[in-house]
Amino acid sequence: MVRKKNGEGALMLSCKDVTRLLSESMDRSLPLGKRVGVRLHLLICKFCSRYEKQLLLIRETARRLAAMEDACGSPTGESLSEEAKERIRISLATP
Amino acid sequence: MANSANLDPSAWVDRYGDYLFRYAMLRLRNRSAAEDLVQETFLAALKDQGSFSGNSSESTWLVGILKHKIADHFRRQAREAPLRDNDLREDPDPSSFDGSGHWTSGPTDWGGNPADLYREKKFLDQFTECLSGLSPNHANAFTLREIEGADTGEICKVLNVTETNLWVILHRARMQLRRCLEARWFGRKTGKGP
Repeated sequence: MVRKKNGEGALMLSCKDVTRLLSESMDRSLPLGKRVGVRLHLLICKFCSRYEKQLLLIRETARRLAAMEDACGSPTGESLSEEAKERIRISLATP
Repeated sequence: MANSANLDPSAWVDRYGDYLFRYAMLRLRNRSAAEDLVQETFLAALKDQGSFSGNSSESTWLVGILKHKIADHFRRQAREAPLRDNDLREDPDPSSFDGSGHWTSGPTDWGGNPADLYREKKFLDQFTECLSGLSPNHANAFTLREIEGADTGEICKVLNVTETNLWVILHRARMQLRRCLEARWFGRKTGKGP
């Protein structure tokens, strides 16, 4: 879709515009015109609807990761190497 | 009354070392940087035991110090490698869209139930690997926003960028992450025309 020249152009957003606005809407609340334009576009555009769902999945995954790390017994199973532990113990003992 | 007298620095490394390390690793994506920050955190805590109020647990207090160290680390990285025009180009791969802004080949159907994905360690590993593949400025912005849950105002201060630039950076970061996950995890499927 091609953006119109006048102010009503918000209703005719391209997919490229919509992907940018979908991301932006995750960081601030969009002005009403843009919000409506995005919603209308999503009604008729399968790809941009998918894109939105996938961005939300990405956000949710990041949050889950943070929550899992906060809980003890992290699933990533990474730990400090013994060398690093020893180095830190020594540095704490000799301030 | 709880205060610094309740702290036991000699046990910190064994009790909290791995936990703080994992916390730092997820955010820094670099083993030696994460180890250094854990060490700096313990040293800062040792020097400033008076700041432990006893209202929170020892581990919460230590994580609080680590969070500051991580923000400092991001600040330093942003100073050393300031944004370039290239970081702000809307899409590093302009072939996603044609001249009129239509998808050239749209996102594929990822299918399945996302709730199942979060339980798959391999998916989470792939996710962090894709995140590591972003440029430091993009990965740090994404980390602050989506993993730390910071608001955009705070992130702008840490990364020393305007809010408008931050939106572009986050847009690019999400777009690249999405593309990476699609190629490396969901790649088995192919998209069809609209």
